[in-house]
Amino acid sequence: MDVNIKSMKREDFKDNEYIDKLVEELNATGANVVVGKLDQLINWGISNSLWPLCFGTSCCAIEFMSLGAARYDMARFGFEVARNSPRQADYIMVQGTIVHRMAPVLRRLYEQLAEPKYVIAAGGCAVSGGPFKNSYCVLPGVDKILPVDVYIPGCPPRPEAMFYGLMQLQRKIKVQRFFGGVNRQEKIKEFFQKHPEEQGKY
Amino acid sequence: MSDIKERISKICPEATFEEGDCLLVSVPEPKWYPLAKALRDDAGLRFDVLTAVCGVDWKDSIGVVYYLTSTSRSWEVIAVKVAVEDRENPMIHSVSDLWKVANFQEREVYDFFGIKFINHPDMRRFFLRNDWVGYPLRKDYDANPELNPIRLTDEINEDDSVSYVEDENGKVKAVPKKVFEEEDYVVNIGPQHPSTHGVMRFRAAVDGETVKKVDVVSGYIHRGIEKLSEGLTYPQILHFTDRMDYMSAHQNRHCVCLCIEKALGLDVPRRAQVIRVMMDELMRISSHLLSFGCTAMDLGATTAFFYGFREREMVLDIFEKTCGARMSMNYNVIGGVIADLHPDFVKDVKALIEIMPSRLKEYHKVFTGNVIAQNRLRNVGHLSKEDAVNYCITGPSGRGSNWSCDCRKKHPYAVYGELDFEEVLETGCDSFSRYMVRMREIEESCKILAQLVDNIPEGPIRAQVPKMIKLPAGRWYQQVEASRGTFGVYIESDGQKNPYRVHLQSPCFNLVGVMDLTCQGYMIADLITIGAALDFVIPDIDR
Amino acid sequence: MFDFGIWTSWFNNLLTGCMPGWAATLIECVVIGVLVLATYALLALFYILYERKLCAWFQCRLGPMRVGKWGLLQVFADMFKILIKELISLKGTDKFLFKLAPYLVITSSVVMLACLPWGNGLQIINYNIGIFFVLAVSSVGVLGILLAGWSSNNKYTLIGAMRSGAQMVSYELSLGLAIITIVLFAGTMNINELVWQQSNGWFIFKGHIPAIIAFIIYVIAATAETNRGPFDLPEAEHELTAGYHTEYSGIHFGFFYLAEYLNLFIVSGIASLMFLGGWMPLHIPGWDGFNAVMNWIPSIVWFLAKAFFVSYVIIWFKWTFPRVRIDQMLAFEWKYLMPFSLANLVLMAIFVALGWHF
Repeated sequence: MDVNIKSMKREDFKDNEYIDKLVEELNATGANVVVGKLDQLINWGISNSLWPLCFGTSCCAIEFMSLGAARYDMARFGFEVARNSPRQADYIMVQGTIVHRMAPVLRRLYEQLAEPKYVIAAGGCAVSGGPFKNSYCVLPGVDKILPVDVYIPGCPPRPEAMFYGLMQLQRKIKVQRFFGGVNRQEKIKEFFQKHPEEQGKY
Repeated sequence: MSDIKERISKICPEATFEEGDCLLVSVPEPKWYPLAKALRDDAGLRFDVLTAVCGVDWKDSIGVVYYLTSTSRSWEVIAVKVAVEDRENPMIHSVSDLWKVANFQEREVYDFFGIKFINHPDMRRFFLRNDWVGYPLRKDYDANPELNPIRLTDEINEDDSVSYVEDENGKVKAVPKKVFEEEDYVVNIGPQHPSTHGVMRFRAAVDGETVKKVDVVSGYIHRGIEKLSEGLTYPQILHFTDRMDYMSAHQNRHCVCLCIEKALGLDVPRRAQVIRVMMDELMRISSHLLSFGCTAMDLGATTAFFYGFREREMVLDIFEKTCGARMSMNYNVIGGVIADLHPDFVKDVKALIEIMPSRLKEYHKVFTGNVIAQNRLRNVGHLSKEDAVNYCITGPSGRGSNWSCDCRKKHPYAVYGELDFEEVLETGCDSFSRYMVRMREIEESCKILAQLVDNIPEGPIRAQVPKMIKLPAGRWYQQVEASRGTFGVYIESDGQKNPYRVHLQSPCFNLVGVMDLTCQGYMIADLITIGAALDFVIPDIDR
Repeated sequence: MFDFGIWTSWFNNLLTGCMPGWAATLIECVVIGVLVLATYALLALFYILYERKLCAWFQCRLGPMRVGKWGLLQVFADMFKILIKELISLKGTDKFLFKLAPYLVITSSVVMLACLPWGNGLQIINYNIGIFFVLAVSSVGVLGILLAGWSSNNKYTLIGAMRSGAQMVSYELSLGLAIITIVLFAGTMNINELVWQQSNGWFIFKGHIPAIIAFIIYVIAATAETNRGPFDLPEAEHELTAGYHTEYSGIHFGFFYLAEYLNLFIVSGIASLMFLGGWMPLHIPGWDGFNAVMNWIPSIVWFLAKAFFVSYVIIWFKWTFPRVRIDQMLAFEWKYLMPFSLANLVLMAIFVALGWHF
């Protein structure tokens, strides 16, 4: 199974073992050929069309703007369609410190994203709280409230680092299982089995 | 100086005086409000600007230090200290009716210290959740995470406010209030919104598309820098300043360094001073370019944004070569700068100042001259000079209201006193003036750079500083002109290696204070324009 | 010039030769339906890439480059992504209207697309009130937007929808008046007839001054009709996050997204039909050799090229101009554009009456 990114070599990436492990898991549970191919096609679509949610709290957001600006131009990857409404975005790149007051808002934004959705923690503050870790109202990393897919360290991370993180996310998406995996149909059924009274309200 | 003492003693005989980097007047709480009124209105005093409000917990007492500036007395600064002994229920009279800027400042003090301000119109918490337990900047604050766990529920009763009103017998009574009326149609803008430049939240009551009232809800990026600083040594607190207003990173850091150097009585080598000034001006160019881009983008002219960023990358390249980072440079240190200039520095700066005039012309062609942009910016968000002074709106926004308030001219620091540059003023008092001040300031910054780029003196880049920096006991206040206005640092030391109290008086904090005033009667779209033209940076407000 | 009618009538004869008339019509309807939908999807995808590339070039960028050669496959990746995205249904919304709205929007634009004359003999129905029908159908789209904004139970969408309603109703007047100016000049509303009348010169040349004014008015009004910058108030990203489609996800949002781009093509197509000769090649009376060379270029290419050109101008507007404010937008329409187009209509009537045209 190939997880190639255009004009990037496998050695250019770190943490290849992690991707290998995902590939192994995918192969072990084995899907039939049709579903497998369809999965690949869909994953190709998702990984090449990652629309970010405009969400930045501090310095990292400015570097994200640089990422969109002419020199770095994330449009080359097709990532430039930044959506302001979480319903239409694919991933949320948490750029900046998350504090207690922001935590419920961020959590809600994540819940408002439509599946399949991904989270990138960009910058020291989002990864671990960064220089503000010891403060009375700072979250020590967004992974306390969200499932994070990719961590991008840096304070703030350079645009190149953000590209690297995004490419790692692409690699991760390329080995995910769509049917029976990130597709939420099963989860929805499960939810309604647990909460029959909610049926019909949505 | 002495005539101030005389006049104050006449108004308030109980006042005691203490010399420092500026005069400190201590007054008992009951005399504070009459004195404040006199300080503002007395013809010989006229302290018309409330520069900073810092709450301090002195353990045996708790209170506030007010820094006042008199524009008519050539920008003389005095400090007034008001302290109360009652720690359970501390109360101080509000001066928010005298200086409107005190409205948010006092809410901040209430949030951090629990000091209730009598007659304040809206005593809510400012930065922290309204269900927060305790007052974090008090020295006896209980930081137990069980008291304040990460709550994933929404805040309730957001509309509830309270006022502590004093009746004629001197009795103080809590009067509950509502922020919005029952029938108001409230549109929530933020915290996640593309045009708030971060995580600011405005709640706007609208009538059709016309804004009736704006309620500013802040604190979505409040990181408690002031409290964190109390636990760190002086060199360690410097790095926070780069992460507050990240578009004024050099200037903010410069300010903290100046304040500590002032306290230590340290002389900074001239080479370091020149480098600092050049970096400050480069930072200003980068900041104003970003502001230009964001203003254009908020108004819908996306292309102009990319043009602004194109030149901004040139500035960032200069930073990167010398400081090693594009943002959060951590370049100034106590006594000088951390590293010497990159060999390409002079060449790069020359290339930048050569290219900027033609690029500015291009911006004006692409965006400023456009009839739609003119119509969107002109006569929107009117802020008179009196209001600008009263709300302490400094920086390009204040100068857009024709208020000459440039700290580089009023309190010259580093080598600014020797430089030939003009303080840019516009008379329009609207968003367009604020925008134009920024564009013209880019030219002025280029002028400063041109004067310095060939005259960088040789010599050391850092003064000798002791390994362990300890400030003598006392308090210092230092101001610099950051990209968005006058940035002030208040440091109080008790002689230890950690500061006793650090207060960072950010210019953007005052800028959001006028959102309600400037937006009233304009449309929702204008709210975005006004915000863009005021150009606040949220992490600077929230700290 | 090649007549695509040969192909279509051959196909018709083939079908009617081997089956009863109703069955032939049915099959033809199905074939045309499939063709229209396929064209619709392909054109929309093309337009998305077209705009993204164009705006990148305006902004000194490259635009999509890495998915396929020159980023050509980018839009297909987007399509797959958007097709499998979760459809979120919300508490407190009007479920029926919420789901109906995107279909209304997309239906209206599909129907308009079907009315366009693609080339010589490539037209689905030749109506005697063709252009009137197109205008009528275009008004259904605004209903979809209003419903979307209302049913989402969200303040942003509601403001967006109200803005959209005010805007579209207002600018439809100027749009209609600009078209009536040309109808007055041509004396017909039949689309086929309109094109043939331009065989000896496009209307913009034949009608000179009033036609050029009408063209400019039309392009401005059309920009507003398609909710594009500087008139993109209904979805003003920096004010209302995403305007009327804030709450839509997945393919429902995709429908709005596609319809937006397709409406751009449709208004450009109508502009090319009314002013630039539709699929008619550039003919200059008297220059027979030149005309013959022009006729060698297939008519469908002419039509698409003209439509793409007008779209280019409209896209250019969007990426250069700031957004106008709601009161400025309404004042511009009611105080300037509408009186101006009325005056222009009178001017055209005088020109036609006195024969001051080519």
